Amino acid sequence: MSRVQVRKTYKLWIGGAFVRSESGRYDEAAGVNYPRASRKDVRDAVAAARKAAGPWAARTAYNRGQILYRAAEALESNRGRFASSDEVDASVDVLLHYAGWTDKLHAVLGCVNPVAAPFLSFSLPEPTGVVGIVAPDAPPLLGVVAELAPALAAGNVAVAILSETDPLPGLDLAEALGVSDVPAGVVNLLSGRRHELATALGGHRDLNAIVDAAGDPGLATELDKLAAETIKRVRHGAAVTTYEDATDDALTRLEAVTELKTAWHPVGA
Amino acid sequence: MIRRLPHVDRVGIEERAAQLGKRSIKAAAKQQGIRLAVSMVDLTTLEGADTPGKVRHLCAKAVCPAPTMPEIPSVAAVCVYSSLVATAKAALHGTGVKTASVATGFPAGQVSLAAKLKDTEDAVAAGADEIDMVISREAFLAGDDARVQQEIVAVKERAGDAHLKVILETVELGSYDHVRHASMLAMEAGADFIKTSTGKAAAGATPGVCLVMLEAIRDYAERTGRIVGFKAAGGVSTSKAALHRLVLVKETLGEEWLTPDRIRIGASSVLNDLLMQYAKTETGRYGRSEDYSRE
Amino acid sequence: MTTHTRTGITWDYAPAPESADHIRIQDRYGLFLDGEFKDPRDGRYVPTINPATEEPVAEVAHGGPDDVTAAVASARAAQAKWAALEDLERAKYLFRIARLIQERSRELAVVETLDGGKPLRESRDVDIPLAAAHFFHYAGWADKLRYGVNAREVRPLGVVGQIVPWNFPLLMAAWKLAPALACGNVAILKPAETTPLTALLLAEICQEAELPPGVVTILPGDGSTGASLVRGVGGNRVDKIAFTGSTAVGRDIQAALAGTDTRLTLELGGKSANIVFEDAALDQAVEGIVNGIFYNQGHVCCAGSRLLIQESVRDEVIAKLWQRMGRLRVGDPMDKNTDVGAINSAEQLSRIEALVAAGEDEGATRRSIDCELPERGYWFAPTLFTDASPAHRIAVEEIFGPVVSVLTFRTQAEAIEKANNSRYGLAAGIWTDKGAKAFEVASALKAGVVWQNTYNHFDPTAAFGGYKESGFGREGGPAGLRPYLNVVR
Repeated sequence: MSRVQVRKTYKLWIGGAFVRSESGRYDEAAGVNYPRASRKDVRDAVAAARKAAGPWAARTAYNRGQILYRAAEALESNRGRFASSDEVDASVDVLLHYAGWTDKLHAVLGCVNPVAAPFLSFSLPEPTGVVGIVAPDAPPLLGVVAELAPALAAGNVAVAILSETDPLPGLDLAEALGVSDVPAGVVNLLSGRRHELATALGGHRDLNAIVDAAGDPGLATELDKLAAETIKRVRHGAAVTTYEDATDDALTRLEAVTELKTAWHPVGA
Repeated sequence: MIRRLPHVDRVGIEERAAQLGKRSIKAAAKQQGIRLAVSMVDLTTLEGADTPGKVRHLCAKAVCPAPTMPEIPSVAAVCVYSSLVATAKAALHGTGVKTASVATGFPAGQVSLAAKLKDTEDAVAAGADEIDMVISREAFLAGDDARVQQEIVAVKERAGDAHLKVILETVELGSYDHVRHASMLAMEAGADFIKTSTGKAAAGATPGVCLVMLEAIRDYAERTGRIVGFKAAGGVSTSKAALHRLVLVKETLGEEWLTPDRIRIGASSVLNDLLMQYAKTETGRYGRSEDYSRE
Repeated sequence: MTTHTRTGITWDYAPAPESADHIRIQDRYGLFLDGEFKDPRDGRYVPTINPATEEPVAEVAHGGPDDVTAAVASARAAQAKWAALEDLERAKYLFRIARLIQERSRELAVVETLDGGKPLRESRDVDIPLAAAHFFHYAGWADKLRYGVNAREVRPLGVVGQIVPWNFPLLMAAWKLAPALACGNVAILKPAETTPLTALLLAEICQEAELPPGVVTILPGDGSTGASLVRGVGGNRVDKIAFTGSTAVGRDIQAALAGTDTRLTLELGGKSANIVFEDAALDQAVEGIVNGIFYNQGHVCCAGSRLLIQESVRDEVIAKLWQRMGRLRVGDPMDKNTDVGAINSAEQLSRIEALVAAGEDEGATRRSIDCELPERGYWFAPTLFTDASPAHRIAVEEIFGPVVSVLTFRTQAEAIEKANNSRYGLAAGIWTDKGAKAFEVASALKAGVVWQNTYNHFDPTAAFGGYKESGFGREGGPAGLRPYLNVVR
């Protein structure tokens, strides 16, 4: 008699906790039920992200790099959950690449400004805050990691809407990250219907930026209009299929979710 | 008159305070440190729900914190609201443990000067040996140093023979520069002790705050020859935290200052942790809270 | 303090030795060559001594000229393949090394203290964590070189020879190896004669990380081993030399490489000015003075060894400083409460003693703290010289010990002039509460590292290096990449 297996329950990852949708709704894929998140789940995720944003940004860049590196370790050691080993390789490598950006962004995006007056003027990149991410349908793991990694590396926190057609790898990613050192609320992952969730997210007034990798022109325009309500930073990106796609334009991805602060201080006695 | 603030560098002071937290106190030194810390505790209850019954229990604990460990001394004082001073005084009669009373509209101090002075008089009349007053943060934050000092002088006068601790409520003052300035104001106005906090606000006797105040006390003593004591209140809830404060005293003012005549720790829960750590150094076993009475 | 403060109370901290029984040190370590530990071909085995006890800790192979030749050949053979790896793959090895340093951190800290004499608290809290951080930081540059040096195409130099000193043995090894390897070079590291052990443990870590053989070579030895590496044996030169050590040896190296196209960076000595203005946060300034000169027993190239105090606060600062010095705990480096450890060697102790004697002869006023020094081992009590003059040897020459000399100044301009009046230019400290002044003085000082209201802070992201005879080239940050690359276009 073969052993009866204990089946996995797929859950959303919000504020560091694994929860069902507050709506109680579900969808089904590959014979498995998973939560169909609601606008209220989006609301809760943004609230959790906002709470985590200050402390995450206040950590040293080195510490954030260490945490991203350990996220890579967690994903690497959890590779058995995922169907595509190549996709795991690429996703781990993307996390590693961006782990190495945390303490280099200032050198590359920041500078000292030689102003024509006796002042020390410098410009520093800072995280924009809470970043909303709309992941593509495919690839289901790399597609979301490629957007999460630069957002986090720049000091932001994130709420991501996972692939609508294949959300399970994203929810498995949540479980892998759930045992790493990523603090509660820094990453929030929601499964469900893209349009419903992305518009709720894109219209949330407490979101600072939206990164749309869904590749749906209609949705993209809608998100642009929603963003205009509070002057959100917006980036539309093509879905990535390789490590190179996710990292060749690293600076563009990072810059899209940073602010630049310029300060002046007199130099004199 | 525009106030001139002294300079205290926050990053520097916090680094030094943290560095001193790395001192490793072992074995006999730890036991001695714990006994010293116990002897410096002002065992405190300042709740709306305080009653004579509760205060009597606390006084018994204050006199004999650990019946099974007779080498543990009594604490320095019991600290209560003025309405319970008489109860405490009676319970502590003949024991050597002092009765301390908060006064002056503790903790916020947002009452008239007349009310503050009456509060002080009531406590003294009921037999308080020590008065813990709060400075007027309202005056301080408005830059009115003169009024801050005038109030202290007036309360000191009403306190008579009772010794006066002046609570700065450091978390409300804004910066370490302000903490040092307030320390000097209080000492110059006649404080017998300066105290970090009421224990009722968000933060209390953090290592950085303690170090700033200890340095102020040191410099004042050097300059005037007068010794003003220090009381750390709020946030010192573990034996480790208490010993850290003792290290700060030792390495800023010197070992000579490690006496309840000059140093106090205002707390309630720290006492049991001190006892538990003491027992651990004797037996090697990690402890549990049931082994000690709450009060 | 005034006499009426006597209460008779004492409270000593009990001895708090770090436990070392979980740490295994081999009796003998060979050279690390081609990924393995090997006996020296024409070198020999030499004991390395614990300067706190004068007892030998282990025996270590010293490389001779044939070993240097073998090292260069092995490194050469490994270089092309190392450089040809995908950038991120190369980075992964460096990330592994960083993580392994973190995992073995207590062991490394204990060995660093036993071998070199610095307090365990320092090796545990500063040296080892920073070493890991340097590898982690440069791992992240390996696949981002074009951002770090603003170039379209860069190439590694090839084989680099790196000679490191005894004051921060593992940390200096990390400062050298991490950027070199990230850029695709291979490296031959010669640790200092008196402190080879943590470099050899790093070799073990390279093995654990499965670093390809030949990428890192550890070649312990003395001055002659270093000279062979610099000059090359039988015409076999390396492509670059990186040296941290004394200015005297730096000069010799620079001269030896004259007429060759071997690249060179030097990180040499200093006589750094620590400047205290009257509007400083004085208690924190005193902490900074103490940290600046007594940290690591003053064995620090950027030590704040010239204390420049504004005359208006001279007496107050000196009084506070002297009182603070009295609280320094000098003794067993393995005791977690020790602030000042052992002098690294008998040789260094003699140098310190000679210069201090010269200071007294020159007429400066010497005060050394009253501390009980152990019978065995090399020790020097923290010392303050007042009434020093800018012309005194103690104000001009690098002592490299726990000795600070006080000079005074009246105005900001005078402070700057005095601070810059040195052949050295490594670091400086500025203590003032006025930001504008801090920045103006900083821009006027001829020093590669300027600390404002702090001292002796280091970070892998912050470039470090000197002006003038304190050397050239920078380590740390993206600036630390350039010395290890050829920018093609």
